[in-house]
Amino acid sequence: MSKVKARIMNREAIERALVRIAHEILERNKGTNDLALVGIRTGGVELARRLAENIKKIEGVDVPMGALDVTMYRDDLTRRKKHLPLGKTDINFPVDETKIVLVDDVLFTGRTIRAALGGLMDLGRPQHIQLAVLIDRGHKELPITADYVGKNVPTSRKEAVKVVLAEGGGEDEVLILAEEDGE
Amino acid sequence: MPLKNKDLLSIEDLDREAIEHIITTAESFKEVSTRDIKKVPALRGKTIINLFYEPSTRTRTSFELAGKRLSADVLNMSVSTSSVVKGETLLDTAKNIEAMNSDIIILRHPMSGAPAILASALKSSVINAGDGAHEHPTQALLDLLTIKEHLGATDGLKVAIVGDISHSRVARSNILCLKKMGAEVRVCGPATLIPKGIEDMGAEVYYRSDDALKGVDVIMMLRIQMERQGKGLFPGVREYARLFGLNHERVKLAKEGVLIMHPGPINRGVEISPEVADGPYSVILEQVTNGVAVRMAVLFLLSEGRA
Amino acid sequence: MALLIQNGRVIDPARGLDEVMDILVEDGRITGSGKLSKPNKAEVVDATGKLVVPGLIDMHCHLREPGFEYKEDIRSGTLAASAGGFTTVCCMPNTKPVNDNRSVTEYIIKEAVRHGYCRVVPIGAITKGSEGLELSEMGDLSEAGCPAFSDDGRPVANAEVMRRALEYAKTFGLTIISHCEDTALSAGGVMNEGTVSTRLGLKGIPAAAEEVMVARDIALARLTGGRLHIAHVSTEGSVSLIRQAKRDGIGVTAETCPHYFSLTDERLMGYNTLFKVNPPLRTARDVEAVIEGLTDGTIDVIATDHAPHAASEKEVEFDLAPFGISGFETALALSLQLAHNNRLSLMDLLAKLTVNPAHALGMEPPSLNDGAAADITIIDPELVRTFEASSMLSKGKNTAFAGFTLKGWPVATVIGGRVCTTPGR
Repeated sequence: MSKVKARIMNREAIERALVRIAHEILERNKGTNDLALVGIRTGGVELARRLAENIKKIEGVDVPMGALDVTMYRDDLTRRKKHLPLGKTDINFPVDETKIVLVDDVLFTGRTIRAALGGLMDLGRPQHIQLAVLIDRGHKELPITADYVGKNVPTSRKEAVKVVLAEGGGEDEVLILAEEDGE
Repeated sequence: MPLKNKDLLSIEDLDREAIEHIITTAESFKEVSTRDIKKVPALRGKTIINLFYEPSTRTRTSFELAGKRLSADVLNMSVSTSSVVKGETLLDTAKNIEAMNSDIIILRHPMSGAPAILASALKSSVINAGDGAHEHPTQALLDLLTIKEHLGATDGLKVAIVGDISHSRVARSNILCLKKMGAEVRVCGPATLIPKGIEDMGAEVYYRSDDALKGVDVIMMLRIQMERQGKGLFPGVREYARLFGLNHERVKLAKEGVLIMHPGPINRGVEISPEVADGPYSVILEQVTNGVAVRMAVLFLLSEGRA
Repeated sequence: MALLIQNGRVIDPARGLDEVMDILVEDGRITGSGKLSKPNKAEVVDATGKLVVPGLIDMHCHLREPGFEYKEDIRSGTLAASAGGFTTVCCMPNTKPVNDNRSVTEYIIKEAVRHGYCRVVPIGAITKGSEGLELSEMGDLSEAGCPAFSDDGRPVANAEVMRRALEYAKTFGLTIISHCEDTALSAGGVMNEGTVSTRLGLKGIPAAAEEVMVARDIALARLTGGRLHIAHVSTEGSVSLIRQAKRDGIGVTAETCPHYFSLTDERLMGYNTLFKVNPPLRTARDVEAVIEGLTDGTIDVIATDHAPHAASEKEVEFDLAPFGISGFETALALSLQLAHNNRLSLMDLLAKLTVNPAHALGMEPPSLNDGAAADITIIDPELVRTFEASSMLSKGKNTAFAGFTLKGWPVATVIGGRVCTTPGR
């Protein structure tokens, strides 16, 4: 079992970060025209939902939202020792010509995002793809950067970052754990 | 790992949990086949060989598409009788293939037990695409997916399998699969086509199709296999069609919303009438669609963790 | 040189004798028994704790020579038989050419004298080429050395031919050994028809295929008064039919093989071709009935039906593998389990391997009496050993009993006064 080393964000901190990111998205994309949010399963889906909620509160618009399962796009199928259950990709709006904001909870090596880019572009040709993450923990292995970051947290490789989001509110928090669980 | 063995040889080897997992995985892969780009890179660079000792367009194409949609390199080997005449044993053929670094070998063979020989001798994963009258596990899995999509839960479901049970690997795999999933299974056909001891596999035997079909949720019709059986097992097609053929009247005996299934290819007018085959209760074509998804799931799950 | 077998437990079914004593052998014959002192120049075998019995006879085996020497030949077969404790074996005529004439019989006998490790008695074919059509020259074959006839490997399908065979053999007082199988019912079958064959999707051979012909041959024996011996009995139904026939006073004897009282068709789960044999392994009920048949005397003889094959022949798809179990080297140990489990007394058991086969073949019953030929088997009834295919002396390593741990193994045989210590002991 992993030991909790530190709690780096509490519920209020997370809420504030997500409000800020929603504003940044709207500022950068000059509004909600052609905009859509895609949460990466499983950590990014609830975040995408909250961002969509925030955007609705700010601009009064329902931005389309989808979920992307990247398990089929990963490059480590035969190598990995742990079994990753397959989830469903659920994107009900056209990807072509859409300004897509990919949402994930933690940016680490960048491989998940790379897989997500592959998956997304198999579905169509977006106008552009931006990336929003709650935590950027460093240790990039690919040239992938987030456009919107909730908090930059330097970590060691042996640590793990856990984002807990209770779906109806409740005890949201971001924790740093002592054991590296593997990506 | 949800699939403990490196091979998929039989439903016998799978427990309920593994079966459910394959079905859930298949549901995700079903979506891939509806996209414009029907491909994911999951099995990129893997070598899959279809080694078919029996003619089959349907199953072979289904496995081929499944492998290609996962970005694997798929090769088809139809072993003609001349290779057999030339004296190369099954094991030698397979070892030659493995020497070319195959990852997965999919075997269809006219003799029961053949895939087991390969599985124990080779490092490659072996998938049984039908061996003699023994099993056809991916068929049972795609049938199960089809049932689940329409009827939801399988516990307590009543399924009737009608036809040449004694020579049918589809029947055996389905009996095993449905029993593991909590369903009630009835087999029906003339006594000459019902094998000894089928009750010990969990199936109830009926000789009259009007009794077998009463109140069932699913009807699976089997093809009368003219080429496989010897003579004398029933007097002729006309009598068989009259007594066991699925027509509109017989469908009415089953539950409202009954699913009509068939592993294909259909003998129209023999085991199933054209209007039933093409009718509103028939899910025969969906079975085909689900076949690709299930086979993608099996290829994917067998590759997990196996470099 | 004389031979003294000291202090063994001598069991002689011909006399019903079971006593610890010494046995003296001189010039190939037994010349004394009891508490004996060692003669001047004599080889001594200490048989303390061992069983000393008449040389075991296997009345049904396949030596494959002439014609199939890659599977087995007379030299390797008799070596394996000797290791199994047998001093005499009767080889079936399904060789190439079929032993349906004097020259093949003489060849076999000559080869056995030259290279054999035990005595070989050929069984002649019932019909020419074992085709089931024309009777073979039984008189000539009998003079050449055949005590009985069989088309084993195949049945005599035509009842009229079988009738005439039983009658013709009666002319010479000889036995017809019948391989009971209705090939129309068994066609294409590769294992017992039942729950297991259904599960495995393999075509089955129903018990009825054997029983139909057992019934037929019993009726023909009743009709003709001929001597009938039923080979490799495997089913409950066959045992019942034979039991009734004996009650009715019909001259029929019967044999079974160790696999029919030790294994069931459940062994076939997994498609292991080493369990593929004809008649096939049957159900637990049949196994119990066969054991009952041995117990109450319905089945008179235990024979091996030793059927060696080359390893590569068995390493193929189940449907394609040949039928047969290489049985010489495990037969005695498996049979002894029946005595260990108190199903059969040692005396009864040993009778089924000595006097009863001799009787069925119309041969002199073996015994350990003074004047008898010195064919003796020495058994260690307490020796525990796990049998492995790698230790087999037969060319045919197709044993169904690899890994079986059994108690009671032969340790030496004596043939015509010459001792042959079982290889590997």
